[in-house]
Amino acid sequence: MDHVIERLAGVRPGSPLAAALAERAQIMGLSQASHDAVLIPRAPGGLSHGERAALAVRMARALADEALAAHYQGLLSQAGEMPELTRVAAGQAGPFAPRLGAIVRHVDMLTLAPREATRGDVETLTAAGIAEADVVRLAELAAFVNYQARVIAGLRLLGGTA
Amino acid sequence: MSEVVHTFTTKVPRWRPYVTPVRLEEATEEQREAMKITPSNTKVSDYVLTLAHDPESLAVRSPLFNAIMYGDDGLSRAERELGAVGASVVNRCVYCAAVHASRYNQLAKAPEVIKAIFAAETKAELEPRNQAIFDFAVAVSNTPPEAAADHIAALREQGLTDLEQVDLILSAAIFGWANRLMHTLGEPVAT
Repeated sequence: MDHVIERLAGVRPGSPLAAALAERAQIMGLSQASHDAVLIPRAPGGLSHGERAALAVRMARALADEALAAHYQGLLSQAGEMPELTRVAAGQAGPFAPRLGAIVRHVDMLTLAPREATRGDVETLTAAGIAEADVVRLAELAAFVNYQARVIAGLRLLGGTA
Repeated sequence: MSEVVHTFTTKVPRWRPYVTPVRLEEATEEQREAMKITPSNTKVSDYVLTLAHDPESLAVRSPLFNAIMYGDDGLSRAERELGAVGASVVNRCVYCAAVHASRYNQLAKAPEVIKAIFAAETKAELEPRNQAIFDFAVAVSNTPPEAAADHIAALREQGLTDLEQVDLILSAAIFGWANRLMHTLGEPVAT
């Protein structure tokens, strides 16, 4: 099974890091299962696989991880690129249709400045017609990509592949 | 209406969601399955009922979180909590910081560490091993992550093994996740 984290961290087979990660195989497996649950869920609700992939590309770029962005670009291509989603992925500020614009604004905040989140941010989403369940789905997606990028960054340092 | 808590504290507040939690009696079979594997089954919290809106994520995130924070070898439980606190300070998740600072205090029996962190936040001055752990957690939690080879060198100098460093990376990173749920989907209120 392909594990995105170990592949993008460039973990060298036979290295001390590879041995340490073998002891954390359950965590690596659950991390990959989390990736699938937020990027290609069986029940995506109001956030399509394409929208999820485009937002993930955008977040990976904000996290300065071009290899991770390229991975998500691949998922976006598989989902079928729509012009508007290509602009989301490219990190453009807009203009987007109101619903997508609200989603993009929220994901940018979740990645760049989660400490500034308030009740008003959730109210802005629901006012733009986004269902409460999708507010939670969006938070899980953004939170996961932020987790994953940090594990990859840390493992690259540890393995000397940064 | 209860008062929202804005300052770091070790007194664990109550968490009040911004969205309507799933009603337990209306939960689907999949949502019930996803909620079952959370640490406490006696009472389902509003937090878990809120996350049950996305059962596919919840079902895998709960065991992932527990494996990272409560695994019984590698980095000590207390030092994993220190990693969690470092991330929670960067992201200003007052609720997460309260829970994990109080767990740190229970485990480490050294309350001066959290006192120093809550007073000076990311600039806290600690004894060398705690400093290396805390500084790494802070650096990797910034956006983009700012952890560098110097941070890893400091951890090695303090005697952390590769496995312990992996555990620290994971415990700081999982709070890059947890903070983005807890702090953006609800708020801490005084009990």
